[in-house]
Amino acid sequence: MYGKKVKLRFVFLGLILASVILIVFLILQSLKENVVYFQSPSEIKSLIELDKKKIRVGGMVKEQSVFINSNEVNFIITDFKNEVNVIYSGAVPNLFAEGKGVVAEGFLKDKNYFLATKILAKHDENYMPPEVKEAIGGN
Amino acid sequence: MLANQIGYYSLILGLLLSVLLCGVSIKDLNSSNKQINQNVLSLSFLQLVFVIVSFLSLILSFINSDFSNETVFNNSHTTKPLFYKISGTWGNHEGSLLLWLLVLTLFIFLFLIKSREQPKKYRILTLLFQQIIIIGFFLFVLMTSNPFNYLFPIPTEGLGLNPILQDPALAIHPPILYLGYVGTSIIFSSSLAAVTQNYVSKKWGKHIKKWVLVSWIFLTIGIMLGSIWAYYELGWGGFWFWDPVENVSLMPWLILTALLHCIIVLERRAALTSWVVILSITTFTLSMCGTFLVRSGILNSVHTFANDPARGIFILIFLFILIVLSLGIFFLFHKESNKNSSNFLWLSRETSILINNWFMMYFLSVVLIGTVYPIFLDVISSEKISVGPPFYHKLIVPFLIPFLFFMSLGPRLKWIKSKIENKNSLIITFIISIMLTFFIVQNLTNDLLFYTILVSSAFFLFFTTLKELFIKKINNISQTVAHFGFSLLILSILFNSILSSEIITNIKIGEKYTYNKSEIFFKNIKERKESNFNSIIAYFEIKDENGKTVELKPEIRIYNQPVIITSEADIKTTLLEDKFLVMNLVKGKEYFNIRYQVKPFMIWIWISVLLLSLGGLMSLFKKKYEK
Repeated sequence: MYGKKVKLRFVFLGLILASVILIVFLILQSLKENVVYFQSPSEIKSLIELDKKKIRVGGMVKEQSVFINSNEVNFIITDFKNEVNVIYSGAVPNLFAEGKGVVAEGFLKDKNYFLATKILAKHDENYMPPEVKEAIGGN
Repeated sequence: MLANQIGYYSLILGLLLSVLLCGVSIKDLNSSNKQINQNVLSLSFLQLVFVIVSFLSLILSFINSDFSNETVFNNSHTTKPLFYKISGTWGNHEGSLLLWLLVLTLFIFLFLIKSREQPKKYRILTLLFQQIIIIGFFLFVLMTSNPFNYLFPIPTEGLGLNPILQDPALAIHPPILYLGYVGTSIIFSSSLAAVTQNYVSKKWGKHIKKWVLVSWIFLTIGIMLGSIWAYYELGWGGFWFWDPVENVSLMPWLILTALLHCIIVLERRAALTSWVVILSITTFTLSMCGTFLVRSGILNSVHTFANDPARGIFILIFLFILIVLSLGIFFLFHKESNKNSSNFLWLSRETSILINNWFMMYFLSVVLIGTVYPIFLDVISSEKISVGPPFYHKLIVPFLIPFLFFMSLGPRLKWIKSKIENKNSLIITFIISIMLTFFIVQNLTNDLLFYTILVSSAFFLFFTTLKELFIKKINNISQTVAHFGFSLLILSILFNSILSSEIITNIKIGEKYTYNKSEIFFKNIKERKESNFNSIIAYFEIKDENGKTVELKPEIRIYNQPVIITSEADIKTTLLEDKFLVMNLVKGKEYFNIRYQVKPFMIWIWISVLLLSLGGLMSLFKKKYEK
């Protein structure tokens, strides 16, 4: 019915369409798996079920809460309403200090303990991640 | 004071010249002269001079620490070394936009004097489109980010430049990156001009390819400089973090690479015209999008100098206008010439270049979605998420296998119709690659099959290009060098990521930390005073498994203006591996948090990127295209 050339073109179009669909599917699928959600200490307290997935917790490092020994750094993240204890062994960024904003990435042990795998580095002493700003409800 | 005024008024004069230029060139468009009116050239040169004067006067204000200038006050300090006073000029929002303008005007002037053998109307239209962009940026600078704002009373001291920006690599990173990033504007303008003149042809392809190459080379080197800086200054011990800001520079690079390849098809076969135009338009649009994302404060990074919604909105509107304009022109004027499209065969150089383009578009869409999706989600549902490296690795790394494979085969195909020649030697090369890989990889990873395939496809490209470089009569050396550089890049990145090892621990002075026969000994610390910072230098002795010791001296700097603590990693580089040590203060001075990394083949990553750009450079200076 159609010429050879037209047929070939249809095959080509079909291939393109199929691969586009495949690509979109692939991207969305791995987005779903690899996205890390951000939560404030208060949001963690109000969780009904503990999430097994990696999350980020942000807030302020509570004053007088940093303790360090040879393989761990412990501290408390607070949003001035609720607190979460963080247990961390890894590299600490420069601007990590008591009374400053922080974002920790890792897994919840329970509602009070958070095992961090990464503390995010900040570039600027005045800078506060917008997530943290929102989490502690200030401006 | 004076410099301030000179700078400001030359900016305004530059803007007026833009308007004048538009008028004169529109008049010239309808005149019957064969050549462009000399006035147009002179005016364009004058505009460049004004922008240069403005830029120089800002540099002068920085050198003199003239704190009556708000930009200088916000970003400089008298105790800063001269070199960083100068580089501070573009280390901030206002100054870097002035640099944008400088590159925009420089490129259009160079374009005018370098395109004399091109049709007159095409040249004038390119100038006009470029002037639209230039006017937009003049307005942007003058309305929202004037670098010459007055401060009164005049402060006696400035606020200082963010110390992590005080670094040699970062001092030259912005100008180089901008030459590539903003250089794409000329591709944008000239492709629009070519479309309106129905001039998207072999001749045009040959001429615009030079500009694509220039942008591509600068962008490649600019990205590399940023990456080197991140490697030793941020202390994360890596060179690429899939940070949105990095992605924003990678996206135009991917498109430029695609364009670079398919423009060859245009140049040789006058095919794929629409595709070339679309890519040309997209490149600059993506550069603008990147600027919007970074400068509007939507993305947070060291590049986000100040959050001012007005700026974001201005760029967004401007971007929107440019997109509508370019799409409008494309659909109104573009005619696909069907002369050549019929003899497009499956097994040919054209197809292989199209395959390259497909991969580039795929990589682009992965990076684009990973970058934009979190912003999008935040806007529609105010859910905060982040997309990390696993996302990109999962989606990009497996696709490198076919990509590398096609990259080894593609260049050996001929135009129009071809057979794969020397099948046997290719198969032998492939078998050697697989065996070599298996031999190397077998004890290193638990995902043996995947890594064997991945690494051997990289080796395959490595050997085929290497053979071409040394044994065969070379027919396209620039391409071979660039592809060889790419295979080396992938190999170094793969081995670097497979073989890297890392130790993180908290340690006191005088303590020893041992692990698998290696030993880290924290000997002592010394303090040192510089004009703009105090530093704590630590002395570490590290003994590796073979009993060799190296001394590493990482540093913590406490800058005084602004008060910021930075870590300076100490890196011992050899051809085989980098030893990287960085330390941080945690609380008090008792414990230091250290990160020690052994990163194999680190230097080869930089070398291979240089090879890649060398390939581009060779192609740029090649006199004649060999058959």
